[in-house]
Amino acid sequence: MELQVSYTLDSTLETVDSAEQKATRFATDLGFGEDEVMQISMAVREGAVNAVLHGNGYAPDKKVILAFERTPNDLVITIRDQGRGIDLSRIPNPLAPENLLKTSGRGIFLMRSFMDVVEIRPSSTGTEVKLIKHVRGSSPGGKEASQ
Amino acid sequence: MSMKLSTRQVDGVAIVDCSGRITLGEGSVMLRDTVRDLLSKGTKKIILNLGDVNYIDSSGIGELVSAFTTTKNQGGELKLLHLTKKVHDLLQITKLYTVFDVKDDEAAAVKAFK
Repeated sequence: MELQVSYTLDSTLETVDSAEQKATRFATDLGFGEDEVMQISMAVREGAVNAVLHGNGYAPDKKVILAFERTPNDLVITIRDQGRGIDLSRIPNPLAPENLLKTSGRGIFLMRSFMDVVEIRPSSTGTEVKLIKHVRGSSPGGKEASQ
Repeated sequence: MSMKLSTRQVDGVAIVDCSGRITLGEGSVMLRDTVRDLLSKGTKKIILNLGDVNYIDSSGIGELVSAFTTTKNQGGELKLLHLTKKVHDLLQITKLYTVFDVKDDEAAAVKAFK
């Protein structure tokens, strides 16, 4: 399989499902276990939701860039939108008692719960989210020994 | 992949059997419409049977919260039944498990309504 792959996707709901499916496939092919694949695909789904909805606002002229890379120690997934850049200071803690019954605001929290590293870099031309899952040992699931 | 809902009545309680995925888009909207429809018809005792829900995202979690608060605000009560491990774990890490009234036995859940 390719160790680096990138997709340019429309700002649609279909992109959210497609990003999740691509993540499932990539992580499975890398040999991650079922639970980790689920975590990775869900983190990517949440990142894609943020990019499509909150970043690009479904704008047809704005794209979502989704990239997967297998480095020696990590699976690195990058999701980039072309919005105005998320204001990190305005993201509430979804576990705070006053926020528990809010109907939104859990996406970044779930990404951080499921991935080993989550880096969010907002700028005036968009937000880049980097999701990193460490590969346990030198060969995840023993399937990558030949690579 | 998509979500399916069907509603049945047991001793005055509406049990909504959910299967598939509760995610942003169709799944969330279906759940919202179903709960609102029940409430508009005067049904105040609702159980969401999530035994066949194999996937839920943050939008789906938000929809469960919305169903819970909307029902409560209208003087009703909503319980969750038969959580799968995935949904159970998600509600745990989001600290919502103790907010919802979660049951694992249908008959007991029906009886538990005031």
